[in-house]
Amino acid sequence: MPIDKRVKSAAEALADVADGSTVFITGFGGAGFPNVLIRALRERAPRDLTLVVNSATHRYSLTHELIEAGLVRKVICSAARGHSKELSPFEQLLKAGKIELVCLPQGTFAESIRAGGAGIPAYYTPVGVGTDLTRGKEVRRFGDRDYVLEEAIKGELALVRADTSDLYGNLTFRYAQVNFGPAMATAASLVVAEVRAVASEPIPQERVQLPGVYVDRVVAVREKAP
Amino acid sequence: MKPLNRRQMAWRAAQDIDSGLLVNLGIGMPVHAADFLRPEVDVFIQAENGVIGAGPLAAADKADPDLVDASSRRITLRPGASIVDSAWSFAMIRGGHIDITILGAFEVAANGDLANWDMRVRDKGPLVGGAMDLAACARAVWVIMEHNTRKGDPRLLERCTLPLTAVRCVKRVFTDLAVVDVTPSGFVVRDILDGLTRAQLQERTGAPLSFAPDCRVLAPPPLPDAE
Repeated sequence: MPIDKRVKSAAEALADVADGSTVFITGFGGAGFPNVLIRALRERAPRDLTLVVNSATHRYSLTHELIEAGLVRKVICSAARGHSKELSPFEQLLKAGKIELVCLPQGTFAESIRAGGAGIPAYYTPVGVGTDLTRGKEVRRFGDRDYVLEEAIKGELALVRADTSDLYGNLTFRYAQVNFGPAMATAASLVVAEVRAVASEPIPQERVQLPGVYVDRVVAVREKAP
Repeated sequence: MKPLNRRQMAWRAAQDIDSGLLVNLGIGMPVHAADFLRPEVDVFIQAENGVIGAGPLAAADKADPDLVDASSRRITLRPGASIVDSAWSFAMIRGGHIDITILGAFEVAANGDLANWDMRVRDKGPLVGGAMDLAACARAVWVIMEHNTRKGDPRLLERCTLPLTAVRCVKRVFTDLAVVDVTPSGFVVRDILDGLTRAQLQERTGAPLSFAPDCRVLAPPPLPDAE
């Protein structure tokens, strides 16, 4: 049967997500949030999720809905601060000890995901040496500099926002939408892409930014979710 | 003479940026430096989200929600710009390909330690973003910050009191009173505000200052303060 990765709806694309999954969610700086998929995941409501998302609180992302719905056990991110002086729902859960948080420097966050998808279990980075964020981690000197050992991140599901797809799942991204998409898609065993449109013709190879071999399911959404 | 306002501090930092460099500008005062580059200077500005060649902010009718910088500002691209993904963007930062990063800060120590990410606000979630990557790995780390806190405490210190972003990384600090280099022998003043005495500057600084032989007067053009 010829390959066709289209799925009719976000709900169908996420029907088999299990409790306890580690879920990657793309998006940074206001671009590339898979909000249709995030909302469908909230409705599907698997529990005890670990979210791997750059910001737990970005105002354009619906990530907070998963947290507020009580589906999330742990968040791995580089930004977890609410925007107002009052505590955000996430910060309240954190204060009450009801959610676990791992805060990583953003480049370590990105590289740990990249390593996860590239068969590298851990790697040394100079970032964070001598700071609170790497306390307790192994430090090793190479040449005249100290480096800290960081472990790769792998997961069960990646929710990726892209611009267009073809039937093979090849993806293109608009501008800064690309951010964590390629790395997250390599590190998850199930990759679901939310795209503006699916092209019936194959995307020319020089325009493909993420090869479709990494992408399992594609959902076309006409409009962005709120 | 009055201390420099925020735009004037950004102006002063911009005067030290040379042509052909790859520069990353942090949130807040540093991003304004892009507005004050010397006219002959041609640089690429990198944003952590992967934009290489960020241009000015987009006009409201041209703004594109997918074309943003690391501060979620809707921007334009300069000619020759490109965009890479986040893993590549930070590989670029860690790999030492950023010539200069200009960051905001709370404190800088005489050994170059930087504290700019955690003010220890009770119960608020942490937000580190790309600050540690830039501070640890850019070839030159510059800081723009007010010389003193609102309470009048010095921000240039023997040792930082707030959690560190990176150790021994800062090379130059642009404040509202002075331009200060961080050297193996501590803080060296390169520019001092017109009308301020060396003793007055020392009084407002939390670590010993020495003064460059060619220490200049800091006299910015009049500029309206940033919002």
